[in-house]
Amino acid sequence: MLAESIRQQLRQIVGDNWFKDDPEALVTHSYDATPMVQNLPDGVIYPSTREEVAAILKVANEHRIPIVGRGAGSNLCGGTVATEGGIVMVMNRMNKLIEIDQENLTATFQPGLNTKEFHLAVESLGLFYPPDPSSMVISTLGGNIMECAGGLRGLKYGTTKDYVIGLEAVLTSGEIIRTGGKLYKDVAGYDLTKLLVGSEGTLAIITEAIVKLLPAPKYKKTMLAMYQDMNAAAKTVSAIIGNQIIPATLEFIDNPTLRVVEEFNKIGLPLDMEAVLLIEQDGNDMETIEQDIEAIKRICLEQGAAEVKIAGSAQEAEKLMMARRSALSTLARIRPTTILEDATVPRSKIADMVKEINQIAKKYNVQICTFGHAGDGNLHPTCTTDARDHDEIHRVEQAFEEIFDAAIRLGGTITGEHGVGMMKAPYLEWKVGEAGIELMKNIKRAFDPNNIMNPGKIFAKESRKRLVVQR
Amino acid sequence: MSQATSIKPQLASVSPNPLAERLKLTLNYDELSNCIRCGFCQPSCPTFKETGIEAASPRGRLALMKAVVDDLMAPDEAFQQQMDLCLGCRACEPVCPADVKYGHLLEQTRDAIEKHKDHRWWIKPIRKVAFGQLFPNQRRMRLLGSALRLYQRSGIQGLLQKSGLMGILPDSMSQMERILPEASSKGVVEQLGTYVPAKGGKKPIATVGMFRGCIMDVLFTETNKNTVKLLSEAGFDVVIPDTQNCCGALHAHSGELDQARALARKNIDAFRSAGVDYIISNAGGCGALLVEYGHLLHDDPEYAEAALQFAGNVKDISQMLIERGNIPKFAAAETVAGADQVTVTYQDSCHLRNVMKAGNAPRDLMKRIDGAKLVELRGADRCCGSAGIYNLVQPEMSMDILDHKMEHVKETQAHYLLTSNPGCLLQMKLGIEREQMSDKMKAVHIVDFLCEHMIEETRAAK
Repeated sequence: MLAESIRQQLRQIVGDNWFKDDPEALVTHSYDATPMVQNLPDGVIYPSTREEVAAILKVANEHRIPIVGRGAGSNLCGGTVATEGGIVMVMNRMNKLIEIDQENLTATFQPGLNTKEFHLAVESLGLFYPPDPSSMVISTLGGNIMECAGGLRGLKYGTTKDYVIGLEAVLTSGEIIRTGGKLYKDVAGYDLTKLLVGSEGTLAIITEAIVKLLPAPKYKKTMLAMYQDMNAAAKTVSAIIGNQIIPATLEFIDNPTLRVVEEFNKIGLPLDMEAVLLIEQDGNDMETIEQDIEAIKRICLEQGAAEVKIAGSAQEAEKLMMARRSALSTLARIRPTTILEDATVPRSKIADMVKEINQIAKKYNVQICTFGHAGDGNLHPTCTTDARDHDEIHRVEQAFEEIFDAAIRLGGTITGEHGVGMMKAPYLEWKVGEAGIELMKNIKRAFDPNNIMNPGKIFAKESRKRLVVQR
Repeated sequence: MSQATSIKPQLASVSPNPLAERLKLTLNYDELSNCIRCGFCQPSCPTFKETGIEAASPRGRLALMKAVVDDLMAPDEAFQQQMDLCLGCRACEPVCPADVKYGHLLEQTRDAIEKHKDHRWWIKPIRKVAFGQLFPNQRRMRLLGSALRLYQRSGIQGLLQKSGLMGILPDSMSQMERILPEASSKGVVEQLGTYVPAKGGKKPIATVGMFRGCIMDVLFTETNKNTVKLLSEAGFDVVIPDTQNCCGALHAHSGELDQARALARKNIDAFRSAGVDYIISNAGGCGALLVEYGHLLHDDPEYAEAALQFAGNVKDISQMLIERGNIPKFAAAETVAGADQVTVTYQDSCHLRNVMKAGNAPRDLMKRIDGAKLVELRGADRCCGSAGIYNLVQPEMSMDILDHKMEHVKETQAHYLLTSNPGCLLQMKLGIEREQMSDKMKAVHIVDFLCEHMIEETRAAK
């Protein structure tokens, strides 16, 4: 509970309507899309200008009140849950698309802008902003930047960090910094832009961003390759790229996911297949795309695909994509709780990783279905469970711990695109080491000496001990 | 992954809250737990779009319901207002990855609130009469219709409109009064009887029972007659059981679930004894409750099975024509000043689209009208703000939503704005009136539009 004097100061900054601490506001800002995490904040504030953000941060810094920045609350790492109380700062009033600069191919916007709306605005001018996280219908660009969101197009086009070239951010002191600019080249000092991207609200609050845009590809073609042998599917992924073809989308669905999707949707998926690859190529020249697709088809068959289907029309392509798109929604229907992880490995290790995941699921007797972005090694082992079954949840936690360990052993990481947040904080040391953590903590101290910016995220009070797994 | 189901000291007081206890009994906790809080519902929610406030979104409302059941907060006045602010359009359901039955949870919440509520002294008798004695009783509805007709015909309406007395009502109310259609003192059965055979004397495709609705049959009797005409023309024998009554949707949405169940049982009996293959509704709002009779009566040992069977046979008129009908030919031959052809657009009935899942059928029919061009209305799938009696109880939010809707309606430059539900139709008429566009655009029920443009007895091959 905040002292009355502080509440008064906050109300003075944003106006009476935009600071709330009634039960309704606190309860509806006590969660995000992360399963099983909930904590009530002490207040919710909705700033409308950078000056208001600065004034709020000053008050918070003076009184050591945690500040949790929030866009749409759609992240999966507990990133916007006020685990240590404090004030949730909702950025959705700052949602202006300030400019699309067609001469410089950049766009400038405020952080509360909805990702999908931004895509539509950009695409209406024949331009293209590739990062497309699955939550883009609700997510905000500010949230995408803070978590460095990825998506289905990461392989060919990269992720959020490859597009953000300038930021305006408010520091805990209330000072406002501007990094980068409409500049494709800029080596003036440390790259603070890239440092802030993916910083999960632990360093500063972003109030404006500049991103690069691309000319939109005019055409695309979609195909499906089916495999009775998991290794063949995984080898195909490496072989396609080894042949110097970079598809726009290269998605993977494993057999447990196929079974669940087919059982619920009856779209005629082959249940005898161990894995399916969904491949899409785009470009400005239909001939080149067709050459690529033909080459990919040949590679798939050479690597042992049982069957390859090329979509003849947009509708057919849409049908093929349906299997992948409905994966999460179908899994979410089987059991009340759905835990979606994002362990990532070098793409050459995908077959090993999937095998590990299936063995681990069996060992702990939990249901884990895996699908994901095979092209960039980013898998989504998804566990369907029930938060009320404590015994099962304990086994799920053990299973995921082992999956993180396996990912790192294979040269991968604990999180490819969801962020560390509080969920994976205990495992961060496994990936970056003790010295790495210490360096990161020092960077954090330089920005936020009083630890008010999203405390409890990225850095755990205690790291998990990494056990050597006996098999 | 760390175990952080930590919950801070709860906001609910230690003393038991009677409404909270009732909500615990009423709400289906399994269903509440199915929400994965992904937030995918939010872009579809009209009240979230208007306010930008998490609490005014389906995810927020579900979190509030769960917080009450979990003893995290007390169901205070704000909680109840937030539940009232929901339109109940259920646009959040088709987009929900976890398939949460939001509409059912909202009904359960409203039912608990209603049972607990101490209405102000003058609201109680009004609710009792309206829900308990008026809507369920078609004869009384008809009497009310006659009174309304007298008011409209006698010149009192014109006098009042001119006198400026209407000005003391809120704007939306007095505008609503102007667009109210002329009430009829004779319903569809009084005018057509209870049986109309398939036209042309051929063997009928099926026997369908027409659901006439309570308000529909008083304010939109012509639409009911046209529905029968279309069905007969399309090859169906039509039965209109006279023992049917109000569907109970207004009751269910207002927290009067017991009365809704009683009405459902009567309707099931009425159509069962009529021996029909299908039950046809021409109002998305009614149809949506009819298809949920199975859910409504799932606890009723005597009726559960019959309710499921009934629900499975309910279809909207558009759906029935498209799926089984011998569809007549339609042609829009009229010329409209300054246009080569008639342009029509369509505003979805939320419940036809989101609950009956038949939003494509009206569009498919509209595409069959020769000489008419269908222009899609941007955001047609978004509620118009009518939502049953929502526009009467939440006029401010309803008018905000309507005004945004009308911006998109204007873009279509359509001559006719068609809908599939009486509430939506009135709201669209209201919007046209508010925008002063009545010289350019008319809001019409799709059934009336089709009937007016039907070329009788020349059948298009299906």
